[in-house]
Amino acid sequence: MEYAIALVVLAAVVLVIVVRPLLGSAGEADRTAELRAELEAAKEAKYREIRDAELDFRTGKLSQEDFRRTDRELRTQAIEILRRLDELD
Amino acid sequence: MAAVGSAALSVALLTALYAVGAGVRAGVSRSRPAATSARRAIYCLAALMVLALVILEAAYLRTDLSFALVAQNSSIQTPTFYKVTAMWSSQAGSLMLWVLLLSLFSSAVLYSTRASLREVTPYATAVLGAVAAFFLSLMVLSPEAQPFATLVNPPIDGQGLNPLLRHPAMMFHPPMLYTGYVGFTIPFAFAIGALITRRTGAEWIRATRRFALIAWTFLGFGILLGALWSYSELGWGGYWAWDPVENASLMPWLTGTAFLHSIMIQERRGMLKVWNVSLIVATFVLALLGTFLVRSGILNSIHAFGESTLGAPFLGFIAFVLIGSVALVLSRRESLRSKASFDSLASREAIFLLNNLVLVSLCVVIFYGTFFPLISSALTGAEASVGPPWFNAFVAPLAIVLVLLAGIGPVIAWRRATPANLRRSFRIPAVAMAVTFVVLVMLTPAASSPTSLIVFSFIAFTIVVALQEVWRGVGARRVMAKESWPVALSGLISHNRHRYGGYVVHVGIATLMLGVAGSSAFVGQRDARLSPGESISVDGYTVTYREPTAELLADRSGTGAPVTLGAVLDVNRAGRTFTLHPSRNYYPSGDPAAGAIGRFFDGEATSEVDLRWGLARDLWTAVQPDLQALRPSIDEADRRFVDASAPIQAAILREIVESYRSEPPPATFRVIVSPLAAWIWLGGAIVMAGALIALWPAAGARRRLSSVEAARLGRELSRA
Repeated sequence: MEYAIALVVLAAVVLVIVVRPLLGSAGEADRTAELRAELEAAKEAKYREIRDAELDFRTGKLSQEDFRRTDRELRTQAIEILRRLDELD
Repeated sequence: MAAVGSAALSVALLTALYAVGAGVRAGVSRSRPAATSARRAIYCLAALMVLALVILEAAYLRTDLSFALVAQNSSIQTPTFYKVTAMWSSQAGSLMLWVLLLSLFSSAVLYSTRASLREVTPYATAVLGAVAAFFLSLMVLSPEAQPFATLVNPPIDGQGLNPLLRHPAMMFHPPMLYTGYVGFTIPFAFAIGALITRRTGAEWIRATRRFALIAWTFLGFGILLGALWSYSELGWGGYWAWDPVENASLMPWLTGTAFLHSIMIQERRGMLKVWNVSLIVATFVLALLGTFLVRSGILNSIHAFGESTLGAPFLGFIAFVLIGSVALVLSRRESLRSKASFDSLASREAIFLLNNLVLVSLCVVIFYGTFFPLISSALTGAEASVGPPWFNAFVAPLAIVLVLLAGIGPVIAWRRATPANLRRSFRIPAVAMAVTFVVLVMLTPAASSPTSLIVFSFIAFTIVVALQEVWRGVGARRVMAKESWPVALSGLISHNRHRYGGYVVHVGIATLMLGVAGSSAFVGQRDARLSPGESISVDGYTVTYREPTAELLADRSGTGAPVTLGAVLDVNRAGRTFTLHPSRNYYPSGDPAAGAIGRFFDGEATSEVDLRWGLARDLWTAVQPDLQALRPSIDEADRRFVDASAPIQAAILREIVESYRSEPPPATFRVIVSPLAAWIWLGGAIVMAGALIALWPAAGARRRLSSVEAARLGRELSRA
């Protein structure tokens, strides 16, 4: 009996928590916020890659030529991310 | 409360299954509400598992013997410290720990990715739910794995915790290993999500790398604690026996190490995508295999918990994961194709790949040796096994190569190393390696072991490489940021935690290898049967058996052993003297056929090793008292006092124990001089420190580019 009561109570609590999001719908604002968060994360990752490449160059792990090429590629990608972020504003 | 615990697990199973369904639906229909619902199901799963844990731990703490698990693994006399940990010594309890940790890890990763990886996360949620559902179904549906099973007629006292597990390291060893095993589920789940959605870039790696690193760190720490337990508790004097369960924990750690290195190549160059998903699948499967080996009893191990019926479902689940993952990887080979290729064999990429191949080779060798009994049994019908010499013959050369690669990898150039880069990076470390070699040959006995000589030289190379890297990094930062040396050092590490934490880990591994090589190649050991006053000599130490010790209910190690017999040893080395007190604990037998007095000597017994730690060498001692001399007295007491009252039996037991001290028989001693063994634990601590540096959140979670970099980027932006 104790098992049945506990089962029903716990299941009801879980049900309320998990079903609630299904009763509403994700608005356009939510989707924009998610996309912005994704682009912000990509931007941070790209900035980190730019810093890493510079440190690698200065500690001798990238040649001048490779650094220039890598740096240019990374900055182009960063610019693209910034452009997409601007489009969201 | 057992009923509430059972209900929590039943609802947890339903919740995990719901997370699978909602996750798949969210993935297929790209429904955000369904994805949120699936994520919430995982949060609820974590809450339910915490509730179940609290109920079970409370039962252990109050020694509620109506819980079958408490009656099997604890007792009224079990010290509180060990009551808390007794849960994971049982099969059902450890399965519950698995799901609890998985639900907490899953909640953490789903919370951190709630606004990112919109396509991948729903499928990852489904995978996490499916893994949890498998373990929960074992606990809910299998009678022998139910944590909340109750007894109609509870015993007066429980059977107590296995004495071998009454060691402080055992408090943390199983949870650490399980945290490692479970943690690798996170990158595995996201890898599967990435494969299903064909989002095979580096995003899933960035989202889960921290979890992979946490898993690697905990698994490594767990392995180290297990080794420390073996060294200081098991009474044979070693820290690694190539036992199947030890090997099972090492294998996912090796492939996890390979994964943590090779994902850097994918992040940086977009290469090795197939390799990376294969590695994380292998790591997860090996983690499942590790749990399976402990639970199935399929291989003979001191760690295994005996045969159980859970072997078949475990094997089925492992096969399902393996076959399903391989099929998925094959079906996604187009999206896993790399755009870049190797420019040169003398490059960071190539060295990392070589490092990966060595790590995977180590894993294959250990896998073959571990499962050789099953392989030989299947092929020849006779079960044969391979021992430590076989493992050492294959593992040692690969480990030596790995130490060298740990030195080369961090400094060799990306894409293609030029002769100038090689000279600049390796000149000083190579000189340090050569100097170490010469000094060791001239001033130490290391030349007697060429393998050790090579290892020590490579270790010097690797450590100097790491120091040189820090030095150069500080120099570069001083140029870039115009900072003083201390500020530049602090800034360098805090802004590049992953990189410099990694270098510290390399130094730790090299230090650990120093201990392994030294203690393996130059160990001195003697076994001797001594009477009080007699001595033995081992590698410059003279050990004299001064007198026996015999104690009743006075176990200094705090394990609750009623009888402890030991010895006082006087040690002399070059005029310096000290005393050691090895002993052996005896725990009562649960066998009803054992006598009233004899049962105190016929149960489990554990060695309480005493050792003198030292950076140069450890002196390790263990004693095996000879109970045969007491046997006539014990047998007579069993006959004459079988119906005596408890106080009288206690008095008789005290007399017998006291007689061991007053009329001591000879005892067998093992004395080991283990050079450099302390560096294993010191190296492990350095590895953990490095991992912590790498894991520590960056200063300011949302760092920005420096003003100089931002200005440059801005100029390019305006031109674009």
